[in-house]
Amino acid sequence: MKRIYVNEKWCLGCHLCEYYCAFANSGAKNMAKALRDITIHPRIRIEEGRDVSFAVSCRHCKEPLCVKSCITGSLKIEDGVITFDRERCVGCYTCILSCPYGAIMPAEGGVIQKCELCVQNAGGSPACVAGCPNKAIVFEERGEL
Amino acid sequence: MAVDFLYPEYEVIRNPQRCIACRVCERQCANEVHSYDEELGVMLSDESKCVCCHRCVALCPTRALKIVKSDHTFKESANWRGDTIAEVYRQAGSGGVLLSSMGNPKDFPVYWDKILINASQVTNPSIDPLREPMETQIYLGKRTADVTRGADGKIAAELPPHLSLKVPVMFGAMSYGSISYNAHESLARAACELGTYYNTGEGGLHQDFYQYGPHTIVQVASGRFGVHKSYLEAGAAIEIKMGQGAKPGIGGHLPGAKITGDVSRTRMIPEGSDAISPAPHHDIYSIEDLRQLVFSLKEATAYQKPVSVKIAAVHNVAAIASGIARSGADIIVIDGFRGGTGAAPTRIRDNVGIPIELALAAVDQRLREEGIRDNVSIVVSGSIRSSADVVKAVALGADAVYIGTAALLALGCHLCRSCQAGRCNWGIATQRPDLVKRLNPDIGYKRLVNLVTAWDHEIKEMMGGMGINSIEALRGNRLMLRGIGLNEKELQILGIKHAGE
Repeated sequence: MKRIYVNEKWCLGCHLCEYYCAFANSGAKNMAKALRDITIHPRIRIEEGRDVSFAVSCRHCKEPLCVKSCITGSLKIEDGVITFDRERCVGCYTCILSCPYGAIMPAEGGVIQKCELCVQNAGGSPACVAGCPNKAIVFEERGEL
Repeated sequence: MAVDFLYPEYEVIRNPQRCIACRVCERQCANEVHSYDEELGVMLSDESKCVCCHRCVALCPTRALKIVKSDHTFKESANWRGDTIAEVYRQAGSGGVLLSSMGNPKDFPVYWDKILINASQVTNPSIDPLREPMETQIYLGKRTADVTRGADGKIAAELPPHLSLKVPVMFGAMSYGSISYNAHESLARAACELGTYYNTGEGGLHQDFYQYGPHTIVQVASGRFGVHKSYLEAGAAIEIKMGQGAKPGIGGHLPGAKITGDVSRTRMIPEGSDAISPAPHHDIYSIEDLRQLVFSLKEATAYQKPVSVKIAAVHNVAAIASGIARSGADIIVIDGFRGGTGAAPTRIRDNVGIPIELALAAVDQRLREEGIRDNVSIVVSGSIRSSADVVKAVALGADAVYIGTAALLALGCHLCRSCQAGRCNWGIATQRPDLVKRLNPDIGYKRLVNLVTAWDHEIKEMMGGMGINSIEALRGNRLMLRGIGLNEKELQILGIKHAGE
């Protein structure tokens, strides 16, 4: 299955992926209209150290702890993608506690948000990958994790 | 400074309707033009630091930015123009030689743009390169006119060493040090994939790049940086650099700040020491001396590799080339005055040397008249900007061309001409690790391959139009060219007729 992989060697720490993520999940047609004068809440985050930076988002693990821990069945695996059903979520945040990558975060409105590889918003083409200027984020087949 | 005589050259225009304050401009500008005002929640800019490299413009996700030339003006004068006045102010402030980078930007005639290419109509059929074979493969090196037979009567197949190019375009000499590791890797990998060559420049060959040796031309220049036996043996050919089009008659100076770690090891000089290339080779003061170096290099590599000699296009270039053709060199490289550089004194870059078009025509003519054209191949460089320039160069008599600036443009260079500052925002002309990583060779090499492949298609189209199916048949075929708006003398030097003749 194709997953998002990150190559810190090429990550510039420009944070564009965060903005493309926020835009893709905003449902708006115009980026300026969607993101101007707001604080964004992207599902991908840049981690930065002194000389290194890289993007972190959901790994879509084969045996995901978040899905195991979900008490309502809101998180489930569909064709390898870990998806999230907003209607079922009760906002208990157990998934947030159990994700070892810190890739799930609380969302505005009480429930959680996570990367769904843009399957629900842009048709299976992750916006962070398309927007990365240096191919530091790639979407490719690499065998199972 | 209390008084600043200079008003910034550019203005940063930010569209507030579009700016989402993502701060990518701020993070990506090594010149620190952009900043974020937390209090106001808006992006600010200090245009006095802007070099117009467009990094921020290219990465702005909402296209909120553009850079425009300031319309701030001095009182107009055709003699004392704004840039002339600014240079005087700058020198009065610094007391130093003005430095600049890349090619001569002055308004000298570009002869490529005054030459038109022929096409077939009715009486000689044009060729469709998509349906019929079309050859752009060429060989560089000595050509022998004599056919010799061995004792058994068979043709002796021993030829002098050649370079084989699938396309008559090579990547010109740019040293590791003047450009980054990633830029070099991109050029090397592209040359391999394209079946052509890139050139190390005089910075030596990084250990990691020995694997690309069969597609590498290794340079030996006046500083002899990084030259040793395995370096000479690693390359497919050896180039002796006598001069460079951007700065004929002077040497080079890579500041000590750029001589870090790998660059120092590759150049074989101590870290932090300035890399100074003398203006002349101190062992070459005549064609006879040059011949000695040519043959030392051939001897060192068992006569297995062609040796080329690179000179800047200067006034008596034809006579110099004639000497080089007799020196034992296999290839002559002529670099025109529009050729790029990582740093050159502005006055030299803008005022010394001659256009490559005239130099090429003069050299080809002279060598043919003297019957020694086949002794050498001619490679030209110094602003080959498109496939049309390549076709015109070949028709004027070149065997192949080097591209430098065009290759850097493919890698992202925006010709801001600030290489000498070492803060290249595109990761090309810098050694700062955080900037170097901005050029991912996986992307860079592909863009180079795309560029040259596209040119190759266009060259084939133009050749097909002329009814020529082999680039060998186009070489020196000046009847395929006509001048437009050129005077009698220019046409005579170029050896072409005027359009309509």
